Amino acid sequence: MLTPPQEAPHNPRVGLFVTCLVDLFRPSVGFASVKLLEEAGCRLEVPDAQVCCGQPAYNSGDRKDTAAIARQVIEAFDGYDYVVAPSGSCAGMLRDHYPALFAGDPEMKARAEAFAARVWELTSFLVDVLKLETIQATLPAKATYHDSCSGLRELGVKRQPRQLLAGVNGLELIESPAAETCCGFGGTFCVKYGEVSADIAGRKTQAIKETGADLLLAGDMGCLMNMAGKLQREGAAVTVRHVAEVLAGMTDQPGIGEPNWGGSEPR
Amino acid sequence: MSAHITSPAFKDNAKAALADPNLRKAMAIIAGPMAGRRVESASELPEFEALRDEAVKIKNHTLAHMDIYLERFEAAATARGAHVHWCRTPREARETVLALCRSRNARTVTKGKSMVTEEIGLNAFLEQHSIQPVETDLGEYIIQLAHEPPSHIIGPALHKTREQVAELFEEHHPDYAPNGIKPGPRSTEPQTLVSEARAVLRERYFQADVGITGANFLVAENGATMIVTNEGNGDLTQSLPKMHIVVTSIEKVIPTLEDVSTILRVLARSATGQEMSVYTTVSCGPKRPDDADGPEEMHIVLLDNGRSEMLGGELQELMRCIRCGACMNNCPVYQSVGGHAYGWVYPGPIGAALDPHLIGLEAAQHLPNASTFCGKCQEVCPMRIPLPKIMRHWREQAHDKRITPPMQRWGIEAWAWLAQRPALYRLATRIGMTALRAVAGSKGRLRSLPLADGWTAQRDFPAPQPGGSFMAQWKSGRRR
Repeated sequence: MLTPPQEAPHNPRVGLFVTCLVDLFRPSVGFASVKLLEEAGCRLEVPDAQVCCGQPAYNSGDRKDTAAIARQVIEAFDGYDYVVAPSGSCAGMLRDHYPALFAGDPEMKARAEAFAARVWELTSFLVDVLKLETIQATLPAKATYHDSCSGLRELGVKRQPRQLLAGVNGLELIESPAAETCCGFGGTFCVKYGEVSADIAGRKTQAIKETGADLLLAGDMGCLMNMAGKLQREGAAVTVRHVAEVLAGMTDQPGIGEPNWGGSEPR
Repeated sequence: MSAHITSPAFKDNAKAALADPNLRKAMAIIAGPMAGRRVESASELPEFEALRDEAVKIKNHTLAHMDIYLERFEAAATARGAHVHWCRTPREARETVLALCRSRNARTVTKGKSMVTEEIGLNAFLEQHSIQPVETDLGEYIIQLAHEPPSHIIGPALHKTREQVAELFEEHHPDYAPNGIKPGPRSTEPQTLVSEARAVLRERYFQADVGITGANFLVAENGATMIVTNEGNGDLTQSLPKMHIVVTSIEKVIPTLEDVSTILRVLARSATGQEMSVYTTVSCGPKRPDDADGPEEMHIVLLDNGRSEMLGGELQELMRCIRCGACMNNCPVYQSVGGHAYGWVYPGPIGAALDPHLIGLEAAQHLPNASTFCGKCQEVCPMRIPLPKIMRHWREQAHDKRITPPMQRWGIEAWAWLAQRPALYRLATRIGMTALRAVAGSKGRLRSLPLADGWTAQRDFPAPQPGGSFMAQWKSGRRR
């Protein structure tokens, strides 16, 4: 795990790594991230050449394509003080796995290492790097938090989102004993081994329902879509959101997978 | 003729497992209490993490000097009167055991729990040669009665409910009558079932000509073999018959007893949450002239079966495994489907990492893929084996050797091709997302999706938010 700087950097230039699921399925998480980062004093930019971190290829054993995608990401984020992603999974990929992809290429490996040292997951960046102690937001709800596996185990994201959530007026956090248990998403696993994945998700939603929470939060869209899909199939009355939306006070959009009666298709 | 392999049918195995109500009942114990006890016992020992580091160091050192320690072990064991048999393959190991049993005209052999004997398919082989193996570990005994392979490396019958065990005993012990009284309907109380198994097995210990055990450790400095058990069955198995055969594998060697004691402190805690197993048995050669009891002969069958090839490569860290089972107890996939779905001797994350090497990647290709990469196995592994990394290694091998199913490979390659062309990617995904939104309408989610029924069979699929992609909105000037 990276050691955060002693003092918060002043007005850092930050590149937002949007992540493909936020880009395609939940842009509101991207805008919430922008708001949080700008209000915390960052000069925020969104490099245009970004697509995906490469995990689908990496976890399918396609190392060559993964390295090509990694090179593209590293180049797109050249020159930023920090690279921040609203996902522990994608940030973990950029930070923990990119350098290993260039084992046979010392120059690129050094670049990947220098890049990796600038990558942070959103809540961890706000707390550990920017030294944000609290935020201003209000949401009356009983929430439970799911610790996404990669963020938790690769990046040590655990206390940071909770510390920030503690500042949300009206929000009560109920811990689930299964907070650190995998939700069964697993990238392509959720389709390749759909029945197993759904069974794991079922144990997870059971634990969520047992907390009595009416709001489920996490920092990764993959896990959130999986748990939301399972909860909704079960007819559970639990709203599912990315933590960034709550922290930014941007909860006007319906929760993940919820009806959008007023929604219209963009032109 | 090693143990029967059904790993290629992992998906069907998993489906059957998910539909088996008894299995689901039994598996709930693994996900709950089994995994929970590890956390408790580890948290009660402040130096637990430091002990793990120390144990890793000991194993790494041993693996780096494996040849020296194995030779030292052989010399010391031989000096104590034991015989060491080096076996490259499962076949050599089976033949060696058979020849030893025949030298004693053995009809019955008792067995302590040993995964290496499962790996070499010893029981079936002995039966073919008219030698009756009798498992004495309660779990192994239960699955022997049920004609099933173990489903867990330390709890071979964890997939059975106690009701199922009571039924098996009813069928196999028709004459069981403690204190001369035949019981009425079999109790399903664990303690009663244990007493029954003990009573039945006790007779068998005295009939056995040979006792076979495994080994948790081979101590290089003094030539001792060691086992840890909770039932004491290993002690009776190895000390009552005239011949004791230890069937084990080369990576069990550890330099000193001091080193073993460090590893013991993490082993039981990781496995069952105990501070120590109930019995820790050290065997130093056969009965000496002045000993009151013990076997007349002691043989150590040392299996390689591809392990020496793992040294110095991507898989070397797997040789640190001390077979505690923590990775499977804590694995979400194992907790769902149990051990049999994996289709070979070593299930769970350790199996997913090890089996492709032992039975071939073609047969085992599902196993390293059937993982969410949640990393929990690595988190709980007392030996800090990077299991997800090794599973990924196998996925890469399967991709490179084109073992991965073509549709899957093409799908990923097509996606990766697109991901390297941002403009085209945005166009393609825009079309896809627009279609998803259109189908979902205002419902915000989909109940079924072509090509993704793996997801939608039991889960809704959230539709994209209205308004287009983040990148498109950002480009058009939206900032909040």
